[in-house]
Amino acid sequence: MTTSPEEHTPVINQGTMADTPDGHIPVGHTLPEGEALLSVRNLKKIYHTDGGDIEAVRNLTFDLPKGELTCLVGPSGSGKTTLLKAISGLLEPTAGEVKLAGNLVTGPPKNMAVVFQEYGRSLYPWMRVRENVELPLKVAGMDKAKRSQLVDDALEAVGLDHVPRSYPWQLSGGMQQRVAIARAVAYQPEVLLMDEPFAAVDAQTRADLEDLVRRVWKQLGVTVLFVTHDIDESVYLGSRVVILSSSPTIVQQDIKIDLPDERDQLETRSSARFAELRHHVYEQIQLAKQGFRPDAAKAQV
Amino acid sequence: MRYAKNFLYIVGLPALLLIGWVLWSAQSTSFFVPTWEQMTNAFSTTWTWSRMTTDVFPSVGRLIAGIIVSIILGIVVGLLVGSFRWLRQLMEPTMEFFRAVPPVVLIPVFMLLIGIGDDMKIAVIVLGAVWPILLNTVEGVRSMDEVLSDTSHTYRISGVARIRYLILPSAMPQIMAGIRQSLSIALILMVISEMFASSAGLGYTIIQFQRSFAIPEMWSGIVVLGLIGVIMSFIFQIVERKVLAWYHGQREMENAG
Repeated sequence: MTTSPEEHTPVINQGTMADTPDGHIPVGHTLPEGEALLSVRNLKKIYHTDGGDIEAVRNLTFDLPKGELTCLVGPSGSGKTTLLKAISGLLEPTAGEVKLAGNLVTGPPKNMAVVFQEYGRSLYPWMRVRENVELPLKVAGMDKAKRSQLVDDALEAVGLDHVPRSYPWQLSGGMQQRVAIARAVAYQPEVLLMDEPFAAVDAQTRADLEDLVRRVWKQLGVTVLFVTHDIDESVYLGSRVVILSSSPTIVQQDIKIDLPDERDQLETRSSARFAELRHHVYEQIQLAKQGFRPDAAKAQV
Repeated sequence: MRYAKNFLYIVGLPALLLIGWVLWSAQSTSFFVPTWEQMTNAFSTTWTWSRMTTDVFPSVGRLIAGIIVSIILGIVVGLLVGSFRWLRQLMEPTMEFFRAVPPVVLIPVFMLLIGIGDDMKIAVIVLGAVWPILLNTVEGVRSMDEVLSDTSHTYRISGVARIRYLILPSAMPQIMAGIRQSLSIALILMVISEMFASSAGLGYTIIQFQRSFAIPEMWSGIVVLGLIGVIMSFIFQIVERKVLAWYHGQREMENAG
């Protein structure tokens, strides 16, 4: 990374330069074929609109090893949601591919769950909390006793075992998002995608939910991809942070978060290492916002 | 106390109107405005049990049949048209055409094609009452929340499950609004369908009274029609409250917050 302005940074930059169909650009951490659970290769998305083509994502390449909690952070409008939709099979990429456990993703995969930002719009308002959590299992044809057990466990895991008879809209925002997380947990996915899940809840609830995600991740051994625009959140939660450039998006940097495994809202956040990492990510995001691109892709437009 | 107050609100205006009418009609000399004694007499002598069974119940039966067929047809076609863009584009001009044709003008044609029995009368009711349900269902399906739809996709809820757990409940507020409009259209068409080539029915009876200048009896028939409308509306409200409890609750929460 000759163009990196961050030579004093303590962070190991895993981003390597690679020759892609879009030029010589940095890519995220990749693993040898067959080792990654989720792999994104040269993903590109161009929206065709009446006003012309909009290139939301230029070229993204990275791998998620099994069992890791990776945070994706980028400036607003950096195509985070587009990327997530492509990974979850809701959106067909213009070029490139997404593979989950070796299989090409062409539609929503069976072993993947998504938690959206808009909790108020992702829960079924005509169903009670329990029914909301149970529905995906019911539709999948799981027998009643088994799914009942899974639903109970999931509700307990998110601390909602006392409100199964409530409707989602009777709950606070934070609790609604817990229901959405419980639904994802009960679904027993291998990969859990979270699209800015806590952007719309208040700061205190947010801290609780962050710890909840860490706990659920450890308990279930699920692989999590957590998309956020909040720098502190990405450093606090992740074992790795992928920083995206501004749109058209490429991987700006892929860094390892070498904080202790046990994280604590007070201790971790006030540690020197946290401050360093946060500082680094913040700087990178500022650079991204100003339009700095660690590649020659800019010239290629 | 609260129930007493609610009850007063419900019966208050009808009671006032009734008293006003009694006072006003008592000194009526007009042939077309019978006094309240004439009216109550006419009402009790006209709407006997045998008249109920020969005229009112068959009419109400056709009305109910027409409404049920309209609801089923409107929702099924509405779901299809709302779900497929190509079908919508294909059907839209045609639907606008048929919707613009008043069902009444088709009665003579229907008489020739279907005959003059119950089928024809039900067909007339359906032809008018199906549109609000159909068009509202289409709108309801189309206005599906994108996040909810994405969520269902990611949990692989598709096919029949998608219709049952997602599309139908999500379109239900609009469907209910459509049904509400259809009820009054159906009642009007029930009366009109009995105006041609009929020998029994509520609409037929009222027209007969009009033609034979049995004015108090005619008025009493109109009152019966009104009462049927009120009963239908009450039943609808009870059903609606139950089916859309979540919707009203959610709205209240949003307004309160």
